[in-house]
Amino acid sequence: MTVVYWAAYGMLGVGAFLALVRLGIGPSLLDRVVATDTLLVIIAAGLAVHAGLERDPTVVPVLVVVSLLAFVGSVSVARYIGGMLVGSADDGQDVGLPEAAEERAARAAEASR
Amino acid sequence: MSVLEVARDVLAVALLLAGTFLCLTAGLGLLRFPDVLARMHAGTKPQVLGVLLVMVGAAIRLQGWSATWMLLLVAVFQMLTAPVSAHMVSRVAYRRRHVRRDRLLVDELRTGGGGAGDRVYKGDEPADAPPEEPATALAESREEDGRAENGRAEDGVR
Repeated sequence: MTVVYWAAYGMLGVGAFLALVRLGIGPSLLDRVVATDTLLVIIAAGLAVHAGLERDPTVVPVLVVVSLLAFVGSVSVARYIGGMLVGSADDGQDVGLPEAAEERAARAAEASR
Repeated sequence: MSVLEVARDVLAVALLLAGTFLCLTAGLGLLRFPDVLARMHAGTKPQVLGVLLVMVGAAIRLQGWSATWMLLLVAVFQMLTAPVSAHMVSRVAYRRRHVRRDRLLVDELRTGGGGAGDRVYKGDEPADAPPEEPATALAESREEDGRAENGRAEDGVR
């Protein structure tokens, strides 16, 4: 049983840590939204694993709240930045913004190769 | 402890471990994938399958129906909300140019040079957002203002 504890909480912890790293390094706001969403899901899974392994149903209502919170958070951020956009007739993307930083980095890598 | 109980516990623990493994893969994918859409692909693995596995495992382990119903509620809620939030986040990601277009095979949101002019999107903006076609709306409102001015002037003449 101890092995199961270590394996379960270890995998959850590493997953949550990697999501936190992505939350920290970005690079865009939406990357952080996706990382926060995943982090909340991992927290919910951790609570459920705790409830299952300990046979302790007291944390189960917290699960409902956490899963609600993830949805409300990501949708409100998406709506908030969705309202600022101006669509371009050329490619369907926002006119005022530069291209994706990732795409620019990929192009630079292509050029240097 | 009977054989049945042991088998039940083994099944529950296996489901819990499978769910936590999906959480680990989500973290790895979030860190290693190149752009927002790919990261969403990785990050939503535990959102449906992982949560379902963990909930079934916990429901097998927990005694009593109240906990089981609440876990079922969480699972159903995740399956209802995951597509909605993924849709909104990915659409905004596309419009904010966070998508690697050189990696797309199909790009259905590209409108092509239709010469329609720039416009503000309808659909996911707040209710007090600017009008959909700023130039047309401005011309219309000026026309209306002019008509109002003319009407007032004619009233003055009469």
